[in-house]
Amino acid sequence: MWERIYRMLVKEFIQVLRDPRMKALIFVMPVIQLIMFGYAVTTDVDHIKTAVCDLDKSPQSRALIERFTASGYFTVVDSTDRPERLGELLDRGQATIGIQINHGFAEDLKSGRQAAIQTIVDGTDSNTGTVAMDYAQRITQEFSRARVGPGELDQLAPPQTEPIELRSRAWFNPDLKSRYFNVPGVIAVVVLLISLLLTAMAIVREREIGTMEQLMVTPIRSFELILGKTLPFVLISFIDVLVVTAIGISWFNVPIHGSLALLLFGAGLYLMSTIGIGLFISTISQTQQQALMSSFFFYLPAVLLSGFMFPISNMPEPAQWLTYLNPLRYFLVIIRDIFLKGSGWDILWPQFAALAVLGTALLTMSSLRFKKRMA
Amino acid sequence: MSPEYAVEVHDLTRKFGDFVAVDRVSLSVETGQVFGFLGPNGAGKSTTIRMLCGLLLPSSGAGRVAGFDIMTESETIKRHIGYMSQKFSLYDDLSVEENIDFFTGIYNVPRIRRRERKDWVLDMAGLADKRDNLTRSLAGGWKQRLALGCAVLHEPPILFLDEPTSGVDPLSRRQFWDLIAQMAQRGTTVFVTTHYMEEAEYCDELALISRGRMIAKGKPAELKTVIPEDILEIRVEHPFEVLEQLENSGLVKEVALFGDTLHAVVEDAGAATTAVGDFLAGRGLAATGITQVRPSMEDVFVSLVELEDRRSTEGAQT
Repeated sequence: MWERIYRMLVKEFIQVLRDPRMKALIFVMPVIQLIMFGYAVTTDVDHIKTAVCDLDKSPQSRALIERFTASGYFTVVDSTDRPERLGELLDRGQATIGIQINHGFAEDLKSGRQAAIQTIVDGTDSNTGTVAMDYAQRITQEFSRARVGPGELDQLAPPQTEPIELRSRAWFNPDLKSRYFNVPGVIAVVVLLISLLLTAMAIVREREIGTMEQLMVTPIRSFELILGKTLPFVLISFIDVLVVTAIGISWFNVPIHGSLALLLFGAGLYLMSTIGIGLFISTISQTQQQALMSSFFFYLPAVLLSGFMFPISNMPEPAQWLTYLNPLRYFLVIIRDIFLKGSGWDILWPQFAALAVLGTALLTMSSLRFKKRMA
Repeated sequence: MSPEYAVEVHDLTRKFGDFVAVDRVSLSVETGQVFGFLGPNGAGKSTTIRMLCGLLLPSSGAGRVAGFDIMTESETIKRHIGYMSQKFSLYDDLSVEENIDFFTGIYNVPRIRRRERKDWVLDMAGLADKRDNLTRSLAGGWKQRLALGCAVLHEPPILFLDEPTSGVDPLSRRQFWDLIAQMAQRGTTVFVTTHYMEEAEYCDELALISRGRMIAKGKPAELKTVIPEDILEIRVEHPFEVLEQLENSGLVKEVALFGDTLHAVVEDAGAATTAVGDFLAGRGLAATGITQVRPSMEDVFVSLVELEDRRSTEGAQT
């Protein structure tokens, strides 16, 4: 029995390594995805294009603008004296936020009256708009506290201390870098795509060229055939996990606080599910095209309904139920928590258990469907 | 294993939905014979062979291959047979040697026999100096011999070949049949399907199948005597014109082009020779020769299919 499985393994590796397209899929695609998510795909908001209309032209107004630019979140792209100009710049998309400081700003501050500034935000991209407004608010509050608090003007103004002050601190990812959140996610998604696609395609390709028929008349047993066709891709997927993790740690400086061994164990359980689905797709596809279509039919919803980019808690309730059937959902929690929080078995065991149940069910179901007969 | 019959089936039937691909086929193949299974494309040859190899479960019927039940012991049967499918089925992206090694492992050929078996396949296929070439780069005849070699690495007593010679040049086909004859001589039972009627001559025993039903069986020489009609070979200047004229003349049952001559199926050779001669002379298309010939396997097949069709329509009317 080991002889046959070993032969299948050797054959599968020779074939994969001899095919340049396969090699690219296995070794280049994960790296490209990692670089894309590491650099290009970022939900961090900084360098917001800012247009300024300072009608006051006082040291105080300049100090406020200085606060905006010094924060790093805002970059002044245009300064103007005409308030209408702000609207134009926003219309053309040349600025995301316009700040207008009216004449009398410094006077109001000095005399202790409430001084007002106006900001206009381009809300087309709701996420960036909200964040920009939030930053602007915070900067203005800090500015007013600094001015009005201790020092020069306290005899004029009543003490403006707020009754409750919120001081937040982000744990696990103190700088709230989206890269730290994305890189572990990419590993999970890449492994899903590779293991799913390779398994489904490798079996269907043999069916297409007729070698599956040849194998079926040999004394090879069903489970030997299944193991021979899936083990190579399990190994390749593990190699991909290690490669992408290594690049993530060394190149993108993503910290890994937890145990790598636990992560690999989780990856093993996760692969049971993804390989099981790949095997299932191979039992319902006659051609490689069908297998490819079916794989993406599963892959896209699986990624969308996993919490990879969009939080599950924001989804409508029926969609949230669906996510419980999604192996990616559990593995994302495992990999992110091991990377960023350093969580261990004591916290993550429910996710491991869910993957084990899901994986066993999927593999059993697909193996039963996979028969050594043609019809 | 039953010593007398390598393959023995009764009323083998396979349905795909409403379509009956194989309809109550019964046959038996003696050990050591070359058994030819003849029929046009789509007649049910591949379906039958797949049922015998345990690739398809019969809808009904019973039978034994190598002494094992085809309904319940198909996995045991697989240890005793070699199978070569219609499609070329080796790994294109593996070398000749890698393909042999792969199937050696899959068939669990004992370690001490491996070297010898590999050399035998390389020698038989004439690939000794091409062992490191990718299988993809081989010409058709070589690929086919390599596929045969890989199918018999474990020296099975029964060999199933499904259209082994389709798409191969005539010389390679000839060589291939020589290989089959050699194997049969060493005691291997060979069950082979083909739609090339002339290849029937290489077989010890034949079965003719059409639309899922077996229409005749016997030795090639016997089969040629089963048709009651005579065959006339007609040599003429303008075969196409004559073909059309004769078809509508009512003098012959069936007429077909055969190379640059015509073959006509008639009730009685003597009477028809004169009748056809006069008919053609009367139309200024005089034949250069009309002779009675021994029916070829193709003639036999066409005439048997006709007969079967007539029988089934008559059966439907009554």
